[in-house]
Amino acid sequence: MFRIADRDFQSRLLIGTGKYSSANVMQESLAASGSELVTLALKRVQLDRPGDDIVTPIQNLGLQLLPNTSGAKTAQEAIFAARLAREALGTHWLKLEIHPDPNYLLPDPIETLNAAEALVKEGFTVLPYCGADPVLCKRLQDVGCAAVMPLGAPIGSNQGLLTRDFLRIIIEQASVPVIVDAGIGAPSHAVEAMEMGADAVLVNTAIATANDPVAMSQAFRNAVIAGRMAYEAGLSQNASLKATASSPLTDFLESL
Amino acid sequence: MSFYSVWETLSWDDIRLQLYSKTRKDVEVALSKQQLNTDDFMALLSPAAEPYLPAMAQRSQQLTRQRFGNTLQLFIPLYLSNLCANDCSYCGFSMSNRLKRKTLSLAEIEEECRAIKAKGFDTLLVVTGEHESKVGIDYFRQALPIIKRYFSYVMFEVQPLSSDEYRELRQLGLDSVMVYQETYQANTYAKHHLKGKKRDFRWRLETPDRLGECSIDKMGLGSLIGLEDWRIDSTFTAIHLEYLKRRYWRSRYSLSFPRLRPCAGGVDNIQSMSDKQLVQLICAYRLRFPEVELSLSTREEQSLRDGLFNLGVTSVSAESKTQPGGYANEQHELEQFSIDDDRTVNEVAKAIKAKGLQPVWQDWLNELSAMPPETFSSPE
Repeated sequence: MFRIADRDFQSRLLIGTGKYSSANVMQESLAASGSELVTLALKRVQLDRPGDDIVTPIQNLGLQLLPNTSGAKTAQEAIFAARLAREALGTHWLKLEIHPDPNYLLPDPIETLNAAEALVKEGFTVLPYCGADPVLCKRLQDVGCAAVMPLGAPIGSNQGLLTRDFLRIIIEQASVPVIVDAGIGAPSHAVEAMEMGADAVLVNTAIATANDPVAMSQAFRNAVIAGRMAYEAGLSQNASLKATASSPLTDFLESL
Repeated sequence: MSFYSVWETLSWDDIRLQLYSKTRKDVEVALSKQQLNTDDFMALLSPAAEPYLPAMAQRSQQLTRQRFGNTLQLFIPLYLSNLCANDCSYCGFSMSNRLKRKTLSLAEIEEECRAIKAKGFDTLLVVTGEHESKVGIDYFRQALPIIKRYFSYVMFEVQPLSSDEYRELRQLGLDSVMVYQETYQANTYAKHHLKGKKRDFRWRLETPDRLGECSIDKMGLGSLIGLEDWRIDSTFTAIHLEYLKRRYWRSRYSLSFPRLRPCAGGVDNIQSMSDKQLVQLICAYRLRFPEVELSLSTREEQSLRDGLFNLGVTSVSAESKTQPGGYANEQHELEQFSIDDDRTVNEVAKAIKAKGLQPVWQDWLNELSAMPPETFSSPE
């Protein structure tokens, strides 16, 4: 179990809702993932139409909505989108995303920090998508973010934890949950993040664009559980701790 | 500094020579790379790449699905006016064509918006002929606020405007501008643009720079296929795009590949492009620019369009009418060109689903539009 702000979650897998081939496939994948916290791009939601095919399946499953501000390039745009999300979807939970760079969708640290500070003051539970910058993560924590969501690699790139060394520092230093977001392209990447001690991971592209998204969802569910178990069990270190009769490093002792 | 100074350093003949001397080896090198450069792009456009089309198509599909998911965006054009002060050899709106002229009144614009909205669209491409005094900034500043009440993402395909005019339209909610150079070959350009402000090659060529300066959310480039050798024009387009991407990094980009179609008073000597070559171009664009949107209009016929849905294209129009007022009342005699895919949008959406893709009707919010650039980093 882990806690973000005032809510406890059994599942440490967060799921995104983009890129699915249909609403049905998305709903089945969400169900198979066991996820309890699901992010959706507010810009994709047809707020003026009842029975929207993104929101409705999530609500049918009784999952916590985590609207995101994807599309925002500035703090101000993100703040406007956040207010609309709260009003339209009735939740103050927010995944803050500000990526003015359309190539790699990398988050703007300055705009993100400014928006996070303002939104926390407005009563939002803010989970910011951010670069794997340990100092930035501390700053986001200082302004009251409920978690930090550093990237493993650019969104949708499926490249795995290219930022692993910095993720380790972030995890070591954080006093809010660390959710590794973006770049996780295979269950093995999720295992690695969880073994490292991340509190949770967020996955979208790797599931939505798999040949069988529902089966891939289950694979990620199991991977996250396995990774967490391994972390809690305490991984043995790389260097062998077993007693051996001799070692090249200590051979010189014999001749002393 | 604008793209004009880059364009001045490029030689049409050199690029032709480079393109047509590409070998199968060059194509294989390009296909083995993660990130392609202009040279690789030329190899993929060259005749030497034709036998590699299946491999290009596969890679193009994979890159597109990874980046854009199993989705396809839907948009629709809204023609506000067929008035035009230009004379272009290939266009039905040309001033010398004896065509019934029509500019929608504000009430008629509202009527069209309602008719389009009822179909389910949320992304709109506003199109007009080029007529500075009657369909210029004064008209746009009245029309845009009405249109924005109905559609959250609004794109313009109108005459090139000045920086100040673009800035003003940004404040009124304009999200995107399409401005096609038609051809990057200046002499050919002069031959086809006979009268009017469109004769000014440089003004048009520098338009994307003006758009980038006002942080437009997205701009669309392309050349009109048929005026010149499509391989060379597409290479120029790619060089132009690469220049813009580096310089105006906050903007998104889209590419179109309109093929010249028969119209009233049409052009002779079309340098045609086969369907297979169109696929080659689309795949080459995708491999060179994995993140760029590729947009397909109803100019192309239905079976080709359905095939392209899975090959790299990311947004498609549907149920388009190219005559002003065509959605609320049909009047064929006003149209710019006849369209080839005349299915309803629901039929197109069904065809998209049949390809295993989700049609996306909405991907924007008014809250994300019209933020003046000076709001960067100053939340209130």
